[in-house]
Order: sequence, then C-alpha cells, then structure tokens
Amino acid sequence: MSARTHDMVEQKPEVPTEGLSALGSYTKDYLSRVRGGQLGSIPALAGLIVITAVFAVVHQGFLSAYNIEALVIQAAPIIVMAMGLIFVLLLGEIDLSAGTTGGLCSAIMGVLLVRNGLSWWLALIIGLLAGLVIGLGMGWLRARVGIPSFVITLATFLAFQGVTLILVGGQGSLIIPDTSPLIKLENSFVPLWLGWVLLAVFVLGYAAIKVNDALGRRRDGLSHAPFTVIAAKVVVLAALGAIFTYEMGVNRNLSTNAFFSNKAQGMPWVVVLLVLLFAVWHFVLSRTRYGRHLYAVGGNEEASRRAGIVVNRIRISVFVICSGMAAVSGMVAASLLQSVQSNAGAGNTLLLAVGAAVIGGTSLFGGHGRMIDAVLGGLVVAVITNGMSDLIQGANSAGYEWVVTGLVLLIAAGFDAVVRRGRAS
Amino acid sequence: MTSQPTLELRGVDKSFGPVHVLSSVNFTANAGEVTALVGDNGAGKSTLVKCIGGIHRVDAGEMIFDGTPQVVHDPREAAVLGVEIVYQDLALADNLDIVENMFLGREKVTRLRTLNENQMEKMARQALDSLSVRTVRSVRQLAASLSGGQRQTVAIAKSVLWQSKIVILDEPTAALGVAQTEQVLDLVRRLAEQGVAVILVSHNMNDVMKVADSIGVLFLGRMAAQVQRKDVTQTQVVELITAGRSGDLGLSPAESSGAAV
Repeated sequence: MSARTHDMVEQKPEVPTEGLSALGSYTKDYLSRVRGGQLGSIPALAGLIVITAVFAVVHQGFLSAYNIEALVIQAAPIIVMAMGLIFVLLLGEIDLSAGTTGGLCSAIMGVLLVRNGLSWWLALIIGLLAGLVIGLGMGWLRARVGIPSFVITLATFLAFQGVTLILVGGQGSLIIPDTSPLIKLENSFVPLWLGWVLLAVFVLGYAAIKVNDALGRRRDGLSHAPFTVIAAKVVVLAALGAIFTYEMGVNRNLSTNAFFSNKAQGMPWVVVLLVLLFAVWHFVLSRTRYGRHLYAVGGNEEASRRAGIVVNRIRISVFVICSGMAAVSGMVAASLLQSVQSNAGAGNTLLLAVGAAVIGGTSLFGGHGRMIDAVLGGLVVAVITNGMSDLIQGANSAGYEWVVTGLVLLIAAGFDAVVRRGRAS
Repeated sequence: MTSQPTLELRGVDKSFGPVHVLSSVNFTANAGEVTALVGDNGAGKSTLVKCIGGIHRVDAGEMIFDGTPQVVHDPREAAVLGVEIVYQDLALADNLDIVENMFLGREKVTRLRTLNENQMEKMARQALDSLSVRTVRSVRQLAASLSGGQRQTVAIAKSVLWQSKIVILDEPTAALGVAQTEQVLDLVRRLAEQGVAVILVSHNMNDVMKVADSIGVLFLGRMAAQVQRKDVTQTQVVELITAGRSGDLGLSPAESSGAAV
C-alpha cells in the first residue's frame, strides 16, 4: 500500500509571496478563477464603462458635473434597495414587495411628519421600525408557515400599495417641508473640505485593512495578495474618488452671480450614507459568522442544517434586513422627491433594484452575491435610465427606455445562467 | 488492541412501529482499526449508523463509548462523544471553499468576533497534511471545483480537524472511479493509523477486504457475525451477507431462515 501511496503524492506547489514571481502566480490564480466562472465584478464593471462611454459620446454633457450629481441621487434609492435584496437573493428567495414596503414606510413617516406634526427623527425612526416589523412578518410566514416567498411578497406587494394609497389619499401627495433635515440627504451637499477628508479616510481605511490582512497572512505563513496588487487597487480607488470629489466640487448652480451667491457644490450627502451602508453590510457578509452562514444556507441548506446552523432563523433575518433596507430606500426616495406620492414604491421600483443586483453579479438561484453588486448594478441601471431619458426624445421615449432596460436585464440574467452552467460542468 | 473498544454495542434493538429493523445487535469498533459494516440492502446498516449518530434512539440495548454506557439523544450529543458521520452525499456547500466547508457551523472567531480566517486556513491545511493529502492544490478553492475523491477527502479531513474518536463513512467510494477509490481507501487507512475508530459502511467487497481489520455482517437486522478480516475469505463474507451463515460462522439455520422478519 505504501508504494501506491507514493504514486499518488503530488508535490505541493511552493507559493512564492514576494517579488515578481508572486505577482505572476497571483495573476495566474486570478485568471484560473475567472476561467472557472468566478467572474466577480468584471461583467458589471465592463458594462458600466461601455454604457457610460457610449452615452458620453452620443450625448454631450452626460459626464457634466450636473448630470453626474443627478445620476448619483437617482441611483441612491435603487442601490440601497438592491443592498437589502441581496440578502434575500443569497438564500434563493425573492422579495417582490421591497418597493411597496419602502413606499409604505415613507408614507408612514410622511403622515406622522406632515399630519401629526411629529419631529422628523421620530417619524423617521417609526418608519424604519415599520420596515423591520414587516420583514419579520414576511420572514415568519416564509420560514414557519412555509409559504413560498414569491407568493407572500406578491401579496404584500399588492396590499402595501393599497395601504400607501389609503394613507396618502386619492390623488394627493405628502409634501415634506423644506426645513426638514430629511430633504438635505438628497438635495444638500457635503462641504468641499469635508468631502476630501472623507475621501482620505475612506481610501486610507481601505488601504489599512488590505495591508493589515496581507501582513497577518504573511505572519501566519500563508500566501497573500502581493503588495503591488494592493497598491494598484488603492491607487485606482484614490484616483476614481479624487475625480468624483473634484467634479462634485464644481458649482452646478447656474444662477449663481454677484447677487445670488448660493452655490451647488460638493457631493450629495447621500453618497456618505451609501458608503456607510456598503461598509457595514460588506463587513457583515464577508467577516462575520452570520455572513458565512448566509452563504452556506444559500449554497446547501441541508449541509448547513447538519452543521448546526439554525436555518429558519437565518431565513427570517434576511427578510428583516431586506425590508429594513427597503424602508431606508423609501426614505431616500422621499428625500429625492421632497414628498411621498400616493404611488410611492409601486411600478418599476422593485424591478430596477432586482435588476441592479443581478446585473451586479448576484445570482437569483442563491449562494452567490456581494455588496459591491448592488453599487455597480445600481449605477448601471441609473446610467441607462438617465442616459436614455436624455437621448431618446419624442412621444414614445418612455417606451424605448423600458425596452432597453429590459434588454440589459435579460442580458445580465442570461449571463448569470451561462456562467452557472460553466460552473456546474 | 487489547484495551476496551472505543465503541461497543450490546443487544441493540430498534423497531419502527411493527417492523423490527435491528434485533439484539452486538458490534464493536476499536481505536486504530477499520471496522467494516456490510450487509444487503435493508439489512439495517443505515439504521445502525443513525442510532450511533444519535439520529434514532435505540429501543433496547447498550451503547458503550470508551467503557462508559451512554444514551445518545440527538446528533449534537453524539458529536460531543466524538462521533462524526461522513454521509454519502457529503454535505458540502458548493459555493464555499474548502476551509469554509470544513469549519461550517464551528467557525473560529477573533476577539472582535470576526472570522479568524488565518487560523482556520492553517488548521485546515494541517488536517489535510496529517492525512498526507497532496491532491488538493489550494484550500481556498471552491467545493464546486473539486472532484468526487477530493470532496470525499475534505469530508474525511473534517473529522481529523474535530478530533473525532469514531468516524463513520457511509459508502465513501460508491460514486468514485478506480484511482480515486484507491486514494480514498488510503485515506481511510491513514485515518485509522491516527488512532481513530473508523466504521466503513460499504457494498463493495473489494474495498472491504482491502482495507478492513474487522468485518461486521448484518443479515435481516441481526449481526450474523463480526469476524477478523484475516480469518475469512471473500466468499465466506459474501455467504454471510446473502445467507446469514457460512459453515460454522454466522447465525444458526433456524435464525437465518428469515426469523427476524
């Protein structure tokens, strides 16, 4: 038996951790992962660059500071909702009602604020709590009662639309007073100096985490990402951030003159909110036991159960997170529109968010998805809607916009299916 | 192995309603040995394994772990006693890598309650190295990219990681090709050499004769015989499986004619 043992022994490849050979082996490793179907953010990133380039060429002013600000504040509610949806999608579930849940929560907030005269923060907190309670209810129905999530959330999608209509009233809308700090989220800007400080904190924080990880792995004698790769990533991130911060520093208020000195410059506050939410959820998904268990349940429920994971608790929790994030998204949308409409969150709101997650690379079949998917996918969706609405004018422009958005989603979903097949074989 | 067995079953009975699946089964598994558990379909192998693993409770009889009689109520209690079952379908999550799978549900965390990836990766590597596994290139590859033999390897290495005393392998080679079967059988031997009591449930006579030290044959819910590998031929074992007796081995003619049913 020992002779045979030796036959099957293969040499363990020595993994160099320094210098050019390290870079080479890292690249080779990365390429083999890509070939194996782990594409990460490549498709979304490529799509974002291509689409942006096309619009920049055919439509002058697409990359103007004014339009980029519009892009960001339009993308924000989509991105926030997609962040929540990723949790549900990781388990292979769906929440069709995220849009109307967000609408309902913002309506609750609006009614309390406008009609009952509650202070803005109390109204906001109650609205967000309503989201968590809704998620708890739907999660319970899914996990304990066993109704498919598609059916539960289809029902709540319809019902919440009605509740919002009843709350806000027939053809009306709730106008949020100008003085409310909530408005500032989407319509007010970070002071220029603070914008640069936040960028520096963000980039340095990213660099510190990556370098610390690599040093820790080297200390433990494990292979780590070469420092050249980390440096390159940090430089790219810093450059992109600097371009964005600089462009957002341009005054976008055309009526500024000697008499009216109010300028519109700096990045919208919602960018800070997005970065914070991203950081928190990315941390939860990638560095906590809870996050690990999410992926495990999404990948193999039976294996997770045998490993002692309480699957039902995980399943309820994702609905709570999703509805909570939907509520946040509803508040952001209310801030953007400075009002809550009677049809808030209805229509295509949810579909755009699901589209964003899928375009970003999250699988509808569960087990695959990351927070960055929501950000990149949300930007793609926002670029398409924004670019198309300027590009296609005339009577049927809305129609064409829908068709193109649909096609992009189909391509993204098709891509997901093809990659999945590649993985399986 | 003159000391007490790691696991000893005495007179274990189990029925599901009116069906007697196991009747007064005796079985022992010693540390450092591979004990095969064979028998035809429906002989009660799976039920016996599930009783040891705490999934079923026995109706009567004793389960003695390291000389101490224990009552096992659920799988967690079995795990505490050092029992690890490697199921046929392996229970790996395809979207997780090897380290993540090996530590699933028992992740190591740092003081800040974040995942301690470095420690887990080192421990996983050590567990694989201790079994002289060289077929796994990187412990950070996804389970989806592993071959059947590699998946089996990971599942077995998990039991080393958790220092299980009794490892039950359910048909570990059933879905494997020739070369991979060899690898897994080597692994089974090395696992036993580490002082683990390995229980190998198998249909494959070649595997059993090649790797087992002791063979327990179930026939219609009864332990026809538990024999030392060196004392029997393959023909005798096959007779025990199919007829419950072989020469003066096994059940008496009266018992073997279907009395248990």
